[in-house]
Amino acid sequence: MNVLLDHLPQFREGFLGTLSITAASAALALVLGIVIAGFRVSPIPPLRAFGTAWVTLLRNTPLTLLFLIAFFVIPQIFFPGTSPFVLAMGALGCYTSSFVCEAVRSGINTVPLGQAEAARSLGMTFFQTLRLIVFPQATRSVIPPMSSIFIALTKNSAIAGAFSNTELFNVSKLLSDKGFAIGWIFLWIALCYLVITFAISGLFRLLESRLEVAR
Amino acid sequence: MSSSVLYDAPGPKARVRNRIYSVVGGLAVLGLIVFAVVRLNDKGQFAPEMWDIFNYAGVRTSIRDGVVTTLKVFAVAAVLSLALGVLLAVGRLSDHKAVRWFATGFIELFRAVPLLITIYVLWVLFLTYRSDLGLSGDNTGFWALVIGLTVYNGSVQAEVLRAGINSVPRGQREAAYALGMRKTQVMLTVLVPQAVRAMLPTIISQLVVTLKDTSLGYVITYQELLFQLQQLAGNIVVNDDNPYVPVIIVGGAIYIAMCLALSALATWIERRGRRAKTGIRVADAGQPLAATDALDVVDHSTVSAPDAPTGKTN
Repeated sequence: MNVLLDHLPQFREGFLGTLSITAASAALALVLGIVIAGFRVSPIPPLRAFGTAWVTLLRNTPLTLLFLIAFFVIPQIFFPGTSPFVLAMGALGCYTSSFVCEAVRSGINTVPLGQAEAARSLGMTFFQTLRLIVFPQATRSVIPPMSSIFIALTKNSAIAGAFSNTELFNVSKLLSDKGFAIGWIFLWIALCYLVITFAISGLFRLLESRLEVAR
Repeated sequence: MSSSVLYDAPGPKARVRNRIYSVVGGLAVLGLIVFAVVRLNDKGQFAPEMWDIFNYAGVRTSIRDGVVTTLKVFAVAAVLSLALGVLLAVGRLSDHKAVRWFATGFIELFRAVPLLITIYVLWVLFLTYRSDLGLSGDNTGFWALVIGLTVYNGSVQAEVLRAGINSVPRGQREAAYALGMRKTQVMLTVLVPQAVRAMLPTIISQLVVTLKDTSLGYVITYQELLFQLQQLAGNIVVNDDNPYVPVIIVGGAIYIAMCLALSALATWIERRGRRAKTGIRVADAGQPLAATDALDVVDHSTVSAPDAPTGKTN
């Protein structure tokens, strides 16, 4: 019990650390995922192959290995001396982007072909079809899987703590190294994660009910 | 006629345009790869000496040991998590309130906490009470990893199985009761086998997640594949540099091969299941979707099946 009260600043910092790394990599994953999904459904073979390779490789690689790559290989290719936060964000974002990509792609696939055909026969242009017909319908079926992807991302962000980022796992490790009872630490950390994951699923449920239409 | 929602069948103009985009896109992708290779080459990561390390018996032995340890952890954790999954799924559907609540609480707690933290906490606990538990040497890491993987994946498998049990047509259960079977018999001889059959592709996809998660042993310094790779790369010095790139390429290839083999199994089983006409929908092999989502994927697929009644309430 005292662990929490005595170390409230550390817990708060860890909580905020987890939040910020989750938010940053969620943003990256969303952007990358949508771009890669665009590649995967495009009529341009090299981009399609690139998208497929990206998804297959990232989804079958353990996230811990991606963190190793981000911390030991990427600095050799691009910028040496990047902060651990950015590197962790890159690893988490790229990993999650492959799941986002698949969710978006299957969302697009749930839109019946007839919808697009009808839109075209009404004389809509490509962007009109996309904006008015395909996109709104795809969004609705993408939301539920997206919620679980972001919950998984929150939990995966714990690995960033093992790679010198300040977040909840890092805090629990520091405190247990100092000899505090691990059971209590675990309880508080679990509570922190429950708060975040409940917030995410609540947010998405709200979004879902907002966008709901009778079909 | 077109095969895509997004694009119409291309006419002559669009075909020319697509070809131009193909060339430009291909060049861009190629450029990215060439850039990475050139930069790594500049750093000497592709020097022949760097790759020569794999000719040494010691390096090969430690990679082999890593693969063996990883597979050992995976095998034990897979079996235990499936057993725990069945237990928890049955517990969640129990008629006794206390059992139901316990199972639900267990599942929700361990699904919400990151696996890494569970494993770490177990490791610290096992280290603290080492002598009481009769653990020694590497055993602490092994059991922390195995039990962590078991409680987490067991919880996820339980939810998958529960969705499967709920997707078995009601008549099956009613017929079994009408034959005079007891509750346990109905569950174990009628419902669970059909649930497993329907959910096998999803179960195997979750096993892929289990396999990937064995790499978390790296954080608690357990000697599985990733830890061995890191040790190799960190300890060997070639041309004043650590051979991170060759080691990661080889290690990554091993991981990807193992996961793809398991996924292929899931897809194969899914296709077989589709062929049989049992009236029970076989779940999509899907992807080893990130961690928790097995549940939502399953819900999605069972809800969209017109003939599968689903008991999922929330």
